[in-house]
Amino acid sequence: MRPFDFVRPTSVDEALAAWEDGAAWLGGGTNLVDLMKTGAVAPTRLIDLSRLPGMRGIEVLADGSTRIGALVGNSELANDPDFAGNFPMVAEAILSGASGQIRNAATVAGNVMQHPREAWFHGPASDPLAGDTGKLAVLGTDGAPAAVNPSDFCVPLVALGAVVEIVGPDGTRDIPVADLHRMPTADDPRHTTLTPGELILALRLPPEAAGFAAHSRYLKVRDRTSFAFALTSAAACMRIEDGKIAEARLTLGAVAPRPWRVAEAEDLLKGQTPGPEVFATAAELALDGARAVGGNDWKIDLARRTALRALDMAAAGTPAEMPALPASVFGTQRKEPAHA
Amino acid sequence: MSLSISLSINGAARDIVLDDVRVTLLDLLRERLALPGTKKGCDRGQCGACTVLVNGQRVNSCLTLAATLDGATVTTIEGLAQGDRLHPVQQAFLEHDGFQCGYCTPGQIMSAVGLIAEGHAGDDADRIREGMSGNLCRCSAYRGITEAVQDATRRMTAQAAEDAA
Repeated sequence: MRPFDFVRPTSVDEALAAWEDGAAWLGGGTNLVDLMKTGAVAPTRLIDLSRLPGMRGIEVLADGSTRIGALVGNSELANDPDFAGNFPMVAEAILSGASGQIRNAATVAGNVMQHPREAWFHGPASDPLAGDTGKLAVLGTDGAPAAVNPSDFCVPLVALGAVVEIVGPDGTRDIPVADLHRMPTADDPRHTTLTPGELILALRLPPEAAGFAAHSRYLKVRDRTSFAFALTSAAACMRIEDGKIAEARLTLGAVAPRPWRVAEAEDLLKGQTPGPEVFATAAELALDGARAVGGNDWKIDLARRTALRALDMAAAGTPAEMPALPASVFGTQRKEPAHA
Repeated sequence: MSLSISLSINGAARDIVLDDVRVTLLDLLRERLALPGTKKGCDRGQCGACTVLVNGQRVNSCLTLAATLDGATVTTIEGLAQGDRLHPVQQAFLEHDGFQCGYCTPGQIMSAVGLIAEGHAGDDADRIREGMSGNLCRCSAYRGITEAVQDATRRMTAQAAEDAA
């Protein structure tokens, strides 16, 4: 690990003033310290955010939005009964990610900022098509080889229209989580749209996001049933009124450099009676334009089936058991392997 | 650069001058504080051998920079037993053969102590397996580990009920 300065600011102003080219913000460190050990990143200065005030609360604002401080822990958020009751698929997504130890240490802002996993993404002379191409994106890259966004948490956040509160040298701004991630290019290696030196203060879910709590699921498919990144995933939720879908949300994970929300599928579902045919059509639409890269065409089919199954599970209703196991396609029928 | 931190480790207050801020909690414990019970496996947060409690929560000490721990309370495997009396989780691992070679065991036990304190798994085997998935055992003693965690959970729950009565 390369040497670095370590600073511990006690206010946001001090933190912003401590920024320099080559610095990195330190939250829980579960992603950053790992990448520093491999040499994938080598910050010259770490700015420890743990002493910043006002970054650890989960609160409901006057307009009904839910605001999550940047330093709230992943476990803490997923296990908060009010939060998990209002946003069950967000809790389900968090609990399907990483391990208990990592979820305890990792912060919510760190989760949305985590780096792509592909080894070639981190290496200097790398050929994305030389490694495990199965993990590459099939959407949102115009057929170019690209890493997927690895976060589970971001998938339901995008489905629910969450925004990120940012502060920087020029003041504060909001970015929708849907616009936070980007495909790195040769000219611009950033995997997010943040400008270096900008800092996440909080995440916010809009008031209407809690309206989906009764029919809300996150389904993750992976190589093993726990402690693995997604091969494909889907966040699906809907409001059902008088037997019809009043509104639906569908976002796919692990298929693109960012969470892949599918407005066309959501529009199609509106006003429909929930059922396998309409869900199959929506899932088909969700993969519209998908292109295999280096032999990962199986991923397109798997993502389609994941979307279909997530819609079906959401229509069946959010399970009552809480907290629970993350949903697994390998779960037995002995009991519902999920939580509300 | 160097940095001073004050923290509590297994109940003892420690003032430590870090002459290198790169040192992880794992290396601090093993190399500088003569507490080698916490094990280094992958050093990447993937195997769980380095699991300790920081402020009561289980974390990977290999991914925790010591410099971030000013004011923290750390518990390692050396801090669990009370004199000759083993912690219920330690006792349960012995009785249920929750190990073979023993290298992952301190991490397994600290993770189990953290999991039981979190209170979401109860004595449900599926939930215990899910909750313990951050701890690998290359001897594959998983069955014994799961039974040990179930048994320790039951004993500790019964003890807590008795203490409350």
